[in-house]
Amino acid sequence: MIQTGNNTTLEAHALECVRDDRTLFSNLGFRLERGQALILEGRNGSGKTSLLRILCGIRLPDAGTITWDETDISKLGPDYHVHTAYVGHRDGIKLDLTPLENLAMARALGKPNDTTLEEALEKVDLYGFEDVLTRNLSAGQQRRLALARLLVTDTVLWILDEPFTSLDTDGIKSIENLLDQHTTNGGMLAVTSHHAVNLANTTIQRINLSELAA
Amino acid sequence: MTSDSLTRAFALLLKRDLVLAVRHRAEMINPLLFFVLVTSLFPLGIGADPKLLQAVGPGVIWVAALLAALLSLEGIFRSDFEDGTLEQFLLSSHPVSVLVLAKVLAHWLITGLPLLVISPLLGVLLGLPGDAIIILLVTLALGTPVLSLIGAVGVALTVGLRKGGMILSLLVLPLYVPLLIFAASAVDTAAAGLPVTAHLSLISALLVLALSLSPLATAAALRISLS
Repeated sequence: MIQTGNNTTLEAHALECVRDDRTLFSNLGFRLERGQALILEGRNGSGKTSLLRILCGIRLPDAGTITWDETDISKLGPDYHVHTAYVGHRDGIKLDLTPLENLAMARALGKPNDTTLEEALEKVDLYGFEDVLTRNLSAGQQRRLALARLLVTDTVLWILDEPFTSLDTDGIKSIENLLDQHTTNGGMLAVTSHHAVNLANTTIQRINLSELAA
Repeated sequence: MTSDSLTRAFALLLKRDLVLAVRHRAEMINPLLFFVLVTSLFPLGIGADPKLLQAVGPGVIWVAALLAALLSLEGIFRSDFEDGTLEQFLLSSHPVSVLVLAKVLAHWLITGLPLLVISPLLGVLLGLPGDAIIILLVTLALGTPVLSLIGAVGVALTVGLRKGGMILSLLVLPLYVPLLIFAASAVDTAAAGLPVTAHLSLISALLVLALSLSPLATAAALRISLS
């Protein structure tokens, strides 16, 4: 299903992030392989979101490099982005479009996979709401729609910033299942969460940014 | 990525922005209303002497068009920035400059084209002769896309700032000045019955320059604003 090499790796070397003259973390390194999840922990303001944005390539690290298959991601540009999907703390969906219109746009921005838009909505329990304006959905439903974006393109690395915000218990379980399925199929995850993430079939690496800073 | 999927992304993004504009009709009509009001207030303010109106007409219409465009600029990226969809464009597997071009085209269709359609009426209102009205249309057709293209660079640079509006005007207005000078003087020259090929060539050159450089500059500015 996913067409890049089988031993794709994401590696970080000696990353440093400085914000407003405060060093959030320095000399941070890790290596993530297919089927693995990276879970970032740490108190508010410890740099979890900044690290995720660096992993996406939106923000540049103040020092250090990130490599995808041993090539610097800043050199890869769109060739890296085609393998990644990002759900930030802002949902990245338009409130004045319907869920279907939102997903169609998300799919066109990446490399489409075989999942139909309706199937993706069904997987996040939004089937039946496809033609309602997103504005009229609840906060949890909007979050589910944001996560449904992950399902309509063919990507390896999912970068998720607090994916479980506003979700109910059942919602959290079904999203955890989707994440588990993704790594089982050879995907990678980079997640921040205040909620314990239960992924039964996934090798998990944890990095605590508060401890790193201390 | 194949060029086929890029074309699809371009078309879908254009359609998305047009759909959003239709769902926010009030915002869409604002610049047009401003354009019509400012232009039609002038005869009331400075008196209805046909000679005077004919002399200031081209300048008035162009200044009003320029300010109307300035009013609507923020809309190109502001709401996409706030709901996080702009990030998604930067992280897409397509060249950002092409996506930017789709958004600028949508902005022009929403705000520039209506000005173009209504301007002959305003030309008549200010007593411009027929030839001058045709040249006014041509200059607006060539010039309003330049307003959107240059404006997009300014908005991209200021979208991350909380109060970017003031800086945006200061940043963009000087770049609009050459266009204003050539366009208004083209209409003036046409009203005097002289040839305007030179003016129109210069405006066309501005359009080609803006069309080729502005999407790249806008994409780079967006990267800076979002990092």
